[in-house]
Amino acid sequence: MSASEDRLKSQLVQGLAGDATAYRTFLKELSAHLRAFLRGRLTRLPDEVEDLVQETLLAVHNQRHTYDTGQPLTAWIHAIARYKLIDVLRRRAGRDALNDPLDDEAEVFAASVTEADDARRDLAKLLEKLPDRQRLPIVHTKLEGRSVVEAARLTGMSEAAVKVGVHRGLKALAAMIRGER
Amino acid sequence: MKTDELITMLASSADAVDPHALRRRYTLALGWSLLGATLLMLILLGVRPDIAVAARLPMFWMKLAFPATLLIGALFATIRLSRPGVRLGQVPLAIAAPVIAVWLFSAMVLLNATPEEQYKLIFGDTWASCPLTIAALSVPLFGALIWAIKGFAPTRLALAGAAAGLLAGAGGALIYALHCPEMAAPFLGIWYVLGMSIPAAIGAVIGPWTLRW
Repeated sequence: MSASEDRLKSQLVQGLAGDATAYRTFLKELSAHLRAFLRGRLTRLPDEVEDLVQETLLAVHNQRHTYDTGQPLTAWIHAIARYKLIDVLRRRAGRDALNDPLDDEAEVFAASVTEADDARRDLAKLLEKLPDRQRLPIVHTKLEGRSVVEAARLTGMSEAAVKVGVHRGLKALAAMIRGER
Repeated sequence: MKTDELITMLASSADAVDPHALRRRYTLALGWSLLGATLLMLILLGVRPDIAVAARLPMFWMKLAFPATLLIGALFATIRLSRPGVRLGQVPLAIAAPVIAVWLFSAMVLLNATPEEQYKLIFGDTWASCPLTIAALSVPLFGALIWAIKGFAPTRLALAGAAAGLLAGAGGALIYALHCPEMAAPFLGIWYVLGMSIPAAIGAVIGPWTLRW
């Protein structure tokens, strides 16, 4: 097990327990690994890399409840990144656009690139298309950094409805990304 | 939106995650749908009238044990396939084992029977209705399990659909066995297996487009 696997895993485990700072560090470091991993495999579609990094991060977040802490983190991340990568390739270019075989799980943390290109797809624009009961909870709690209680007061929704709105909204965002292609 | 902004957005006020989400969702789905399928059987078919007598025979229990072991194997497969990057490991063997055991036992029974007896052992009295009734009883389970698995992140969609379908089929067969009067292993090995395969095949076909995320 590599040092980055150990470190990332402990950050994620803390994140899953509710530690937002550890979770942010995890996502930040993960994004650099994903960028390097996807760049190496999307050489014919370099413009798609940052979009796919974002889509994969959103998928990791939306599916974070499927991580079993007894499982190697590389296997989990690799399976998600591979799933999203194959999805893009299938639609865009056919499987032949794949340069490297995808089966080595350890590859996913092998390198990291911290400088992001600009994403072509603007998630902020997609976010605007969500219905208010999903958009407002996300805007208040996730973009303006308010608490769930405050967001509930501002929107007139119950706290449970705010949480459900955030959860469903982020899933709907992932579905919109899929629908665009 | 820049990737850093996305990360900040995702991480801000990210709540703790329920570590038992998977177990909870599958317990809920299986519990309610088994109850629903049992009620369906009780109302539409009824328990076999001679169940008190039949329950003294080993074959009655074997008939329940067969779908029950498949149900457990398919449940493990479905749960593993719900999480990205978890391998199936020995689970396919655990699913194949009861089927192979029933087939071997059937072959033994058939080899020791006369041709007229063989016909009866294979077809019984209810072969024509058995597979479709099992498939029909598995419908509530099928719906509930597709709902359950959609809450997670299967990456092998056809296989995940097939596992959920087999799980539904095994549940349907288990409940049907309480109504079904047949007591021969070859009957189980053919018609029960066929009945459980119907939802499994449907799951494999619809998995790739219903389970995407």
